[in-house]
Amino acid sequence: MNGDGPLHRLRREGRIVVVGASLAGLRAAETLRDEGFAGSLTLIGDEPYEPYDRPPLSKQVLLGMADADRTALPRRRALDATWRLGVAATGLDMAARRVRLADGDEVPYDRLLIATGVRARPWPREAEAALDGVICLRSRGDGAALARRLAEGPRRVLVIGAGFTGSEIASACRERGVAVTVAERGAAPLVGALGGVVGAVAAELQRAHGVDLRCGVMVTALEGDASGRVRAAQLSDGSTVEADVVVVSLGAQRNTDWLAGSGLGAGPRGIACDAGCRAFDIRGIVTDDIFAAGDVARCPHPLFGYQFLSLEHWGNAVSQARIAAHNMISESTDRLPHLAVPAFWSSQFGVSIKSVGVPTLGTEIVVPQGSLDGGGFVGVYGYQGRVVGAVSFDHARWLPFYEEQIEKAAPFPPPFPTLDRRPDAQRPRDADFPDPSVPTHGPTVTLSGYSPADRRMTFTPAH
Amino acid sequence: MRIVVDLNRCQGYAQCAFLAPEVFVMHGEEGLLYDPEPDEAQREKLAQAVAACPVQAILVDAVETPDRRIRRSRRAHRPGR
Repeated sequence: MNGDGPLHRLRREGRIVVVGASLAGLRAAETLRDEGFAGSLTLIGDEPYEPYDRPPLSKQVLLGMADADRTALPRRRALDATWRLGVAATGLDMAARRVRLADGDEVPYDRLLIATGVRARPWPREAEAALDGVICLRSRGDGAALARRLAEGPRRVLVIGAGFTGSEIASACRERGVAVTVAERGAAPLVGALGGVVGAVAAELQRAHGVDLRCGVMVTALEGDASGRVRAAQLSDGSTVEADVVVVSLGAQRNTDWLAGSGLGAGPRGIACDAGCRAFDIRGIVTDDIFAAGDVARCPHPLFGYQFLSLEHWGNAVSQARIAAHNMISESTDRLPHLAVPAFWSSQFGVSIKSVGVPTLGTEIVVPQGSLDGGGFVGVYGYQGRVVGAVSFDHARWLPFYEEQIEKAAPFPPPFPTLDRRPDAQRPRDADFPDPSVPTHGPTVTLSGYSPADRRMTFTPAH
Repeated sequence: MRIVVDLNRCQGYAQCAFLAPEVFVMHGEEGLLYDPEPDEAQREKLAQAVAACPVQAILVDAVETPDRRIRRSRRAHRPGR
């Protein structure tokens, strides 16, 4: 081993910059120090706070169990880092290896990690979005604002979009005794992420808890009163919903705008990177000094046909950040692929919903444990004769088993005769995912890109 | 103190909710809610909960004062080091 090669110099006195000071950025920084990186470490974040946890914002915070400004993430270790908080990165010069900041500063790097995540997709009409009482939920400021509104006892809350976040918000409203209407463009809540079979269960859950659920409708306009407070919403079926709080929960947009024109392969679907988290440039050539992790990254997963997965999952941010950090300071032969099986959870209407694998890749579903009619269940998703995903409603202890099935590419439907207690349980049926060409709320997993075996190369520009 | 629970790992064994009920609450059959920044007074109970978790899903701060060099904005002040 050459103790003075470029990699050793990097590890001893190099400059690593992490753009994005949230979960992925923090865990990557900790891993860099864990693995002996002794050079300078800078974390840049557009929010003026040290890294905090977002999942509580739609759960504990809205239930009044925790304050929105008290969800800072615990530290695994001391970092000895320079923090640039409250200042956004606005540009990247790949040739000069510098990150430009909103305050005019430039930060040079030898290795760059991009973990800028996503932001909430805003209500498209600016004048309506600016009405008092119209809220998106992404940051801790949003969480504090929504918790305050709920504590004031609004007459009715309207939630636009029944994805996971929108459904959790509706759940918190009901738990606090607040009347809530949920408007969803798709056929059921969670349909984009879990399909129509499970979506129907989610719809039943909402209605059983007193949610006024309207599916297959769009909100066409928000109306304010003379003082600029929101008072009602017009729906595409001609009806009107009177509400003094409107929560816009239309999924997320990836924070890649600041990379426009940089030459990096970044766009509305995220930053394309290889299985080792190295980012591609727009020519499809992998860089060796720029890495990506967390919600903003999309990388090919061998278990799922090398499709480029971009996952808005807490667990993915943690595991991908560790892989990216390791690879940033390792020889090419020591690098690791990001192979973690995707997993996520949600908590709504007193039910714990958890998933492993990629349900959206599935075309069929079976329910080997429990029942869709109540009391919880496990749904297993299949694609071309193999198990690709599973979801549980209050049956989480089954998921490690199905995670193993997914890792082993086990056959679908699962051939376990002893699990079948009911005659219809083993018969797969259409998982009923919406046509991907029809817009709905954003699923938490988006599949896109091309497998290495596919020779076609098409650049899809922003729209 | 700051804590975070890896809820992908959590399987609702509820040991934490028995040992540190001011910090952890079961919500439904297997859902878990927790206070991300509990009071210092909870330290001992929290340590028991962390140790008792069958799937080791609870992470507590390993360091007391995480950051010395935080710069809110360039114009506010230049860091001394």
